[in-house]
Amino acid sequence: MTFTKPQDTILYLDGVSVSFDGFRALNDLSLYMEKGEMRAVIGPNGAGKTTMMDVITGKTRPDTGRVVFGKDIDLTQLDEPAIAALGIGRKFQKPTVFEPHTVWDNLLLSLAGDRRPRFTLWARQTGEEQDRIAEILTTIRLMDQKDRRAGDLSHGQKQWLEIGMLLAQEPELLLVDEPVAGMTDAETEQTAELLREINRTKSVVVVEHDMEFVRALGVKVTVLHEGSMLSEGSIDYVSADPRVVEVYLGR
Amino acid sequence: MSRTTTTVTLFLVLGLSVLLTVLNLGTAPDAAFHAPTYAVSLTGKYLTFAILALSVDLVWGFAGILSLGHAAFFALGGYAMGMYLMRQIGPRGVYGNAILPDFMVFLNYKALPWYWLGFDNAIYAMLMAVVVPGVIALVFGWLAFRSRVSGVYLSIITQALTYALLLAFFRNDMGLGGNNGLTDFKDMFGLPLQADATRCGLLVASAVILCLQLLMTRYLVTSRFGKVLIAVRDTESRTRFLGYRPEHYKLFVFVLSAIMAGIGGALYVPQVGIINPGEFSPANSIEAVIWVAVGGRGTLAGAVLGAILVNVGKTFFTAALPELWLFALGALFILVTLLLPGGILGLLSRGRKAKPITPAPEPAE
Repeated sequence: MTFTKPQDTILYLDGVSVSFDGFRALNDLSLYMEKGEMRAVIGPNGAGKTTMMDVITGKTRPDTGRVVFGKDIDLTQLDEPAIAALGIGRKFQKPTVFEPHTVWDNLLLSLAGDRRPRFTLWARQTGEEQDRIAEILTTIRLMDQKDRRAGDLSHGQKQWLEIGMLLAQEPELLLVDEPVAGMTDAETEQTAELLREINRTKSVVVVEHDMEFVRALGVKVTVLHEGSMLSEGSIDYVSADPRVVEVYLGR
Repeated sequence: MSRTTTTVTLFLVLGLSVLLTVLNLGTAPDAAFHAPTYAVSLTGKYLTFAILALSVDLVWGFAGILSLGHAAFFALGGYAMGMYLMRQIGPRGVYGNAILPDFMVFLNYKALPWYWLGFDNAIYAMLMAVVVPGVIALVFGWLAFRSRVSGVYLSIITQALTYALLLAFFRNDMGLGGNNGLTDFKDMFGLPLQADATRCGLLVASAVILCLQLLMTRYLVTSRFGKVLIAVRDTESRTRFLGYRPEHYKLFVFVLSAIMAGIGGALYVPQVGIINPGEFSPANSIEAVIWVAVGGRGTLAGAVLGAILVNVGKTFFTAALPELWLFALGALFILVTLLLPGGILGLLSRGRKAKPITPAPEPAE
């Protein structure tokens, strides 16, 4: 599949391939996302969803291909902190928060700002930072938990805290890996609402297994299979696509 | 560790050293309350070990860098001081050579090696006591942290670092006294080292510097920098995706910690009167880790108390039951790791539910 690159893309993967010990995790994967878009990425286990996230965030360097962020920034030349500084935030499949720190401090460390030791050595919390943290705590519904150790939160609360940490980073593009894994139905519903809220101002990629959740998001879906794109379109379109049906329901 | 524990430790350290000074200088040698000079120097030695323990706790407790070679930085600081003290001997050596220390005359040196130049100047020597450990830590840390070496692998290469230095310093060609090291010091800043007043001065200086380092490290770990450091310790890859560069944070504390240890070594040498390559022995570094584990990893004040307590025990044991000391030390480490993962301070705070200054680390690897 070839693309002509449209005008206002936020993310553009062009023929990206990654192999681990002979296993092709990504195989000539190309896709693009428009600015302000929310995109759901689905696919069976081993389809390359997490590897795609790793390539975008600089954790894995592709063997071939380009990953372009915004107009013309090639992400394959940068490492994780540099990519984070450009405005790409990532939420992990397994909620990864700073467990010994309080919920408040987790957000404080995530707030956009100077990351260098020479700044953090002398940094004092400003009123502006406190307002921003309070605002995020309200959005992620954790205000009453602000002084708790993040490690003591429930699984769902950790997921939200991590989304809150993403928000605090003020990224332009959010990569969210399985945000509703292990959540109750009510929590799943609230998370969908939260992501739609976030999508008002930011571009979002959601990797998810839960088809109900993807349906609830109501956005364009990319189906990955064996490291390349199998199908793309609305949830109804892709779930009717015979190739997708075959991959999901088995041969 | 609460603020209270820090304050109590500060008062203990300063109070003890002032008390010993008063009892040593202010009473007659045969008075009932007279503090013998050896007690003054012994306490001073404990305090320099406490400085080493504090520096180990900073990297191990807060950055997760289990350094098994930290005594190398202590020894390097010690050698810098030792070189100054050697030059101070002047013509009073056995061979009476005003420039060359005795061992150089003995080994047929014709002139001072270039790296000895300047060490007759006290300020230069003190500067070297922090610069040399700092630069070695900088180069070593830069290579290790940039390549993302961590955990057991990092511990092993720190051990290799101190062992390599041990072998290097044993060589006579190194020009640093070889096996015998540097000794027979006469005076420091023009003051006779054997005088009670000098000894007391060194004790008080050790106490003051230990307290300053304790306050500084406490500020560091409670600052936003410290919060990032703890995040790096527990979830390094996550901090990268937030835009932090863990290697910069680790390098900063590693170099700072090496400098702290170097200062400790520089204070140690005039109080014990000798520095030799044995100080680089890997066992010394491991012992320092045990002091920290006993006192409580990640508590700072605990490291200070642990170093003092274990060394008091060592002094007692090596006099009373010398062959049992190493077994006792090994047993202590095993017991603390199994039963007291939070060390002595962890036990205390469990008793009265003290709020830790910073989140407690996971039990030692």
